[in-house]
Amino acid sequence: MFYREAGDFNTSYPEDSQTFPIKFDRWRYYAVLFVAIFVIPFLINDYWVNSIFLPFLIYSIAAIGLNILVGYCGQVSLGTGGFMAVGAYACYKLMTSFPDLSMVVHVLLAGGITAGVGVLFGLPSLRIKGFYLAVATLAAQFFLVWLFNRVPWFYNYSASGQISAPERTFLGVNITGSNTDAWATYLFCLFFVILSAYIARNLTRGSVGRKWMAIRDMDIAAEIIGVNPLRAKLTAFAVSSFFVGISGALFFSVYLGAVEVGEAFGITKSFLVLFMIIIGGLGSIFGSFAGAAFLVLLPVALKIIGVDWLGWPTDIVAHLQLVVVGALIIIFLIAEPHGLAQLWRVAKEKLRLWPFPH
Amino acid sequence: MPEQLAFTIEVFLNGLMAGVLYALVALGFVLIYKASGIFNYAQGVMALFAALTLVGIMEGQVPFAHLINAILGTDVHHFGWHVPAFLAIGLTMVVMIVLAYLVQRFVFRYLVGQEPIILFMATIGLAYFMEGVGDLMWGSEIKTLDVGLPQGINIAIDETTYGWFGYGFFIDNLDIVAAIIAILLVTGLVLFAQYTKQGRAMRAVADDHQAALSVGVSLNFIWILVWSLAGFVALVAGIMWGAKSGVQFSLSLIALKALPVLMLGGFTSIPGAIVGGLIIGVGEKLFEFLIGAPFLGGATENWFAYMLALIFLVFRPQGLFGEKIIERV
Amino acid sequence: MKYKLGTAAVAALMAASPVMADLVFPSLSYRTGPYAAGGIPFADGYADYFSMINARDGGIGGVAARVLECETGYNTEKGVECYESTKGEGALVYQPLSTGITYQLIPKTTADNIPMHTMGYGRTSAANGDVFSHTFNYPANYWNGASGAISYLLNENGGDLKGKKIALVYHNSAYGKEPIRTLEELAAKHGFELSLLPVDHPGQEQKSQWLQIRRDRPDNVIMYGWGVMNQVAIQEAANIRFPMENFIGIWWSGSENDVLPAGAAANGYKALTFHAVGDDFPVFADIQKHVVDAGNAAGAGDQIGTVLYNRGLYAAMLAAEAARTAQGIHGTADITPAMMRDGMEALEITEARMTELGMPNFGPSFNVSCANHGGPGLIGVTQWDAGASEWKLISNFAATDMDVIQPLIDADSGSYATENNIASNCK
Repeated sequence: MFYREAGDFNTSYPEDSQTFPIKFDRWRYYAVLFVAIFVIPFLINDYWVNSIFLPFLIYSIAAIGLNILVGYCGQVSLGTGGFMAVGAYACYKLMTSFPDLSMVVHVLLAGGITAGVGVLFGLPSLRIKGFYLAVATLAAQFFLVWLFNRVPWFYNYSASGQISAPERTFLGVNITGSNTDAWATYLFCLFFVILSAYIARNLTRGSVGRKWMAIRDMDIAAEIIGVNPLRAKLTAFAVSSFFVGISGALFFSVYLGAVEVGEAFGITKSFLVLFMIIIGGLGSIFGSFAGAAFLVLLPVALKIIGVDWLGWPTDIVAHLQLVVVGALIIIFLIAEPHGLAQLWRVAKEKLRLWPFPH
Repeated sequence: MPEQLAFTIEVFLNGLMAGVLYALVALGFVLIYKASGIFNYAQGVMALFAALTLVGIMEGQVPFAHLINAILGTDVHHFGWHVPAFLAIGLTMVVMIVLAYLVQRFVFRYLVGQEPIILFMATIGLAYFMEGVGDLMWGSEIKTLDVGLPQGINIAIDETTYGWFGYGFFIDNLDIVAAIIAILLVTGLVLFAQYTKQGRAMRAVADDHQAALSVGVSLNFIWILVWSLAGFVALVAGIMWGAKSGVQFSLSLIALKALPVLMLGGFTSIPGAIVGGLIIGVGEKLFEFLIGAPFLGGATENWFAYMLALIFLVFRPQGLFGEKIIERV
Repeated sequence: MKYKLGTAAVAALMAASPVMADLVFPSLSYRTGPYAAGGIPFADGYADYFSMINARDGGIGGVAARVLECETGYNTEKGVECYESTKGEGALVYQPLSTGITYQLIPKTTADNIPMHTMGYGRTSAANGDVFSHTFNYPANYWNGASGAISYLLNENGGDLKGKKIALVYHNSAYGKEPIRTLEELAAKHGFELSLLPVDHPGQEQKSQWLQIRRDRPDNVIMYGWGVMNQVAIQEAANIRFPMENFIGIWWSGSENDVLPAGAAANGYKALTFHAVGDDFPVFADIQKHVVDAGNAAGAGDQIGTVLYNRGLYAAMLAAEAARTAQGIHGTADITPAMMRDGMEALEITEARMTELGMPNFGPSFNVSCANHGGPGLIGVTQWDAGASEWKLISNFAATDMDVIQPLIDADSGSYATENNIASNCK
């Protein structure tokens, strides 16, 4: 009825190749952006920001980053936690060494440094493929965590090795530290999310992205048609690590404010982000958001239902959470193996024809 | 004999022993991957679940006691009996077989022919699920596992080597038992695969699903069989590791120790898992002893195992014993 | 939990409807995850004490106490969620129970004006109340622990540790690295040789470390371990036949969970403590009567009297006493978190008061001041008796070397103050 392309004429190539070719879709997208930017900041309090929006937004960036590598370029990586740690520690060192620079610069630079490290650890991907590569990236994960724990320079020689984000501002508004406002941290992260999604979307549908996908689908064939695997794989590692680094920097500075490398950026983090993109959908920007939402919101929702509404003991709820999340993953897979993004696509296809069956 | 050399040999031997324990965990991965192409992320949780079940049965714990008490307001904990270890191991095996059936029936039957990453993800879901169920069933306290395995320094070796070198080597009795069990297990698996009808069918499935189907091998049966075998290996690994640390959540993390072994040995080779385990065990222990602890501040084992495997992989991308990757366009 | 889920749900709904003027004590517990075995008894002890106070004394100063439990699974992110979701309910004092959560709550609680009590964990230099206005870590911290272990060894060795070799086996994390500086200072002062042996998380494989100990033959081993690392370390120590009485763990390596898996081999293992062990106190009769028999015990009720249960109980007692002090200072029974902070800063624990509470000699007598949020730092030593399956206090709470610790506290808190532009709180 409403969701269809009838009467929606494109008169130029750019119009034809835009991200949301259907007018209704486009308006829906603008509406989401409008709500996210102009409505939510006025409604949220500390709880909403710290328990739901910040983790969702930051994990979305990490998921977009990893999705570029795994979903678009086909290089399975389990080093996400380590790369987030690089972002976090780079951000910490920058924040403490150059207190006068703006937070945006710190975060972007942290992303850049992570990109460099990512390229370095991406080199084995030229030889090693598939699950073997996944396990090889674990070397990066364990080594980086060990390094940040081991070398006191990274945590400014503090007694315990924890790093704490000092107070820093952007345009005169507190972004990190304890005296922040909910709306400020939210908008700051949202800015990076929109930026990442925009860059990722446009990279993946451009020539760079098509090279990645050619490598993903069959690297030898891609090589034969003239894609340079060295450049394609390493750019994927660089871009992916850039986003992951940004998310690590935000995770440390804006969200938690203090982290310890082994606990915050351990192997479980790598797995968590990988789960997000698989559940959300490989090779889909929307999937990154959906997966992050699924794994961030579901436990919180289950906890609220179980503990706050039903009054069950907290440990039983926590165990049931695992059971429910596990069962849902399996059920989703059986229903739709290609993730939430595919469910979304199918739903949209159905809507286009609605109310007619064919 | 210079002392440093004696120490090095001791570290080497202990590395071999640790490697056997890693290999035990890695075996479970290999079995399933070879037969069905599934990278079973849940293997570590299966070891935990098996060990929890074993202790629960031995101690006569009431399954889901906490949940039952919460719902019904009762106060049940134990049946009040103690099951001897051997019987309990048998019963646990029955549970693992039932689990294998359920996994096959309700999960993987619906996912036949899917891409490896999707099968991998299904095992992630399974891992979450089993972790939750395991905790609900048996509670999350640390449980002491005592099936009568010997532990502690082997005096005979200590004294003999003292006579030879003037320095007594330390070898843990538990490690010796583990090594013997690992040898028996691998021999058993190889014999089973070579000389029984089911074993041959299993290898046929591993080679080619469709060809196996066309000659009348039941994929369903083979996969249940393979998952049961993996469950058995998980149980053995759970007993070995559980004897050291008590049965607790962290048991599921031993899977991380198996990953470098797997990639070094190749995902598809049973001997590869053993050899890979030994190389990783020796490599990480020697590195920690010679370089890590004196120069790098220690605790290098975790990442060095992966680095070692990575270096091997750069030269042999399919692992030491993995099937040669032939790529065609 | 001996009530039905259904009735509990109804009760929760009914409880939620009227605005209750009760004292809220959130408990950020971890009954799941890798460290559940340590979290369950602490959470049980914390909850049971308040249930007992409510039943026996009718609450604190006539106002009922309410424990708000929130499961963190020892995960920092869940800890944030728990903090944010409970602080709106008038939470009086936080017990984050994890070093990671502590570090990230220190600035938050200060900004929100809610006190936090990190008893025997967290950021050690928070003992300096001049900088950390809302964080308390009385009665003892990690550096007291390190010094306490050395003081105990000094006593054992007739006041002389010259030429002795002491090894520190530690969890390779922020927590495990805490004692290193103190021990290095003490090594310089007393002339013993310190060797450091980090164990990476989770610590299931410690053969390298213990082989090294077997080769180096240190006179004593001190352990800062956590989770599965403890059980494996004690087992490995037994395997190499390291004399257990020379092996001392910090209080997080000294519970029943840590020694039971090793069985008889763990006999003689020692651990530091800052509170009493065992269930030989009148308070346990009250708990039995008012809580367990009434069917209100938290958890399965099988943890009563264990080391970590006692620790939870002790933490609850200190919180309740601080609340009572706050009520006295501000002359109102219905206190706010800010008043609670004042109460904690003016807290005075005397032997007479502890006896009155049915907990004679349960912990040291001490008082807190604005400058000193860390208490006296008195450390006792307990020893495991595998035959009787119980911990015994073998060395009473003794003073630690504040000459070494205080400069370290001042330096670390000073750098925090300059990094974050914190003005002096006590002037």
